[in-house]
Amino acid sequence: MQKKNTYPIYFALGALIIYTVLFVLPSIIGIGYSFTDWSSYSDELHFVGLKNFKTVLSADENYMKIIGNTLKFTLITTILKNLIGLILAVVMTKSIKFLNAHRGIMFMPNVLSTLIVGMIFKSILDPVHGLLNNMFRSVGLDMLAKKWLVSSELAFGSVMAVDIWRGVGYIMTILIAGILSISSDYYEASAIDGANGWQKFRYVTLPLLLPTIATTTVLNVIYGLKVFDMVYALTNGGPGKATTEVLYTAVFKRFGTGQYAVGTALSSVMFVIMLIIGGYMIHIMTKDEVVE
Amino acid sequence: MKIKKTLQNIITNILAWIFSAICLIPLLLILFNSMKDKKAAAEMNLHLPNLPIQLQNYMVVIEKGKLAQSFLNSLLYSTGSVILCVLLASLAAYVLSRNQSKLNKFLYMYLVMGIALPINYVALTKVLMALHLNNTRIGIILLYTAMQLPFMTFLIHGFVAKIPTELDEAAVIDGCGPTRLFFTIILPLLKPAIATAVVLTFLNTWNEFVSPLYFLNSSDMWPMTLSVYNFFGMYFKDWNLVCADILLTSLPVILVYLLGQKYIVAGMTTGAVKG
Repeated sequence: MQKKNTYPIYFALGALIIYTVLFVLPSIIGIGYSFTDWSSYSDELHFVGLKNFKTVLSADENYMKIIGNTLKFTLITTILKNLIGLILAVVMTKSIKFLNAHRGIMFMPNVLSTLIVGMIFKSILDPVHGLLNNMFRSVGLDMLAKKWLVSSELAFGSVMAVDIWRGVGYIMTILIAGILSISSDYYEASAIDGANGWQKFRYVTLPLLLPTIATTTVLNVIYGLKVFDMVYALTNGGPGKATTEVLYTAVFKRFGTGQYAVGTALSSVMFVIMLIIGGYMIHIMTKDEVVE
Repeated sequence: MKIKKTLQNIITNILAWIFSAICLIPLLLILFNSMKDKKAAAEMNLHLPNLPIQLQNYMVVIEKGKLAQSFLNSLLYSTGSVILCVLLASLAAYVLSRNQSKLNKFLYMYLVMGIALPINYVALTKVLMALHLNNTRIGIILLYTAMQLPFMTFLIHGFVAKIPTELDEAAVIDGCGPTRLFFTIILPLLKPAIATAVVLTFLNTWNEFVSPLYFLNSSDMWPMTLSVYNFFGMYFKDWNLVCADILLTSLPVILVYLLGQKYIVAGMTTGAVKG
């Protein structure tokens, strides 16, 4: 049987062409445009060398803060989603009544549009009428009723908290699948050796779950670096000067003001970073499949 | 020992209820307030709506928020990209899995890399303008297809590997051509993977709003997510209406989730867990 004839390559062409033209091509020509003065103000295009990258990396602009914010967001949400997700996964693999209903509910925030989650939490975190502050006041904890999204000290933490609320169910679901795939032989053997609950977790569950945790970490990092929806819906980069601004909201603002060259330079910086992280991700995601 | 076990059981059950409540309360808040009048909804609390339930909120929102139009837009974008993306992803996954030549392995990696890569929206305008796809419905459908092809190809690729190649060989000996082989023999066997891909593509497309934000200037082409956000900007004092709009926009997603939960969880954990 001729593989070339039975499995003709033109079957894959549709996918390859659409993906190349609308996904890869913009990133490649985007790198080219980063070296020009492309903007909405002028039809002419001039080569300006590294000027846009100098702007992005210069100290007197806000971009270093924006890049810092993006990294901070990625780091903190990745750690907390993994940690809380792990606790949830361990609890949700114990004998619990209505187990599937609980799991289903915890996953639910993930299927809602981030834009809608943002709008819901804008109401809940409202300083005067919001559900959260009213709850604190009704139990006498008035000092905990804060200006969650409008004060510059708290806004970034609030955005991250809402993002964790939305994303943790997904991480939990993956980790549950990971825990369930651990053979019960290990637990029986450790029980014979007299291991208690904590020891079983520490010496059986955790080490065998590490590959799964590596995957959730990569997924969270990819998501965190690309985050846009949540920040856009909750604070749109504010309050004040770039308090919660991340890379993708900055790109959108440059797009809105017609500073295309800076926008595409920022996107290109992202592209190179994600190419490296993505390469690693593809490696761990496909290595078992090839063996099959 | 037994008391300790029971105690542990009670604690884990209570924990489960607390976590579920934290996830559910914001959604109940929307449900309750969408049925209140303007004054009661302004307080945004969890009290049950007073009778009579204000069902006319939904009517008002459908009319003022132009929900019929945006619902049809969302439906068009979702169905369009589901059909295109799932069909093209299955075709690509099939040949790239069956014939693992050096070139095909590279093409697969190249395609799947898109799961991680970011889109350069700014430069994308240039490409869309050159193709005359800027500010068009077909442009948005093609864009959603491009964005989701990498993951869907990855998802289906794993499934194709599990179908025995003896089937193909038998069919080829019987004189079956490549197109018929794929559509009459392979595709029916891929049903579980296809179902997962359909559900996930639908959800992703329904919830997405970044591409329309960049590329659709005219509001009569907006999907539901974008028009609910716009509505929120105009009527932010009428929380009853905003909640009704949020609820109607999320309803299709929640229905699909409840019906297709099995497929969603299967798809979202694919490749993440090594048994």
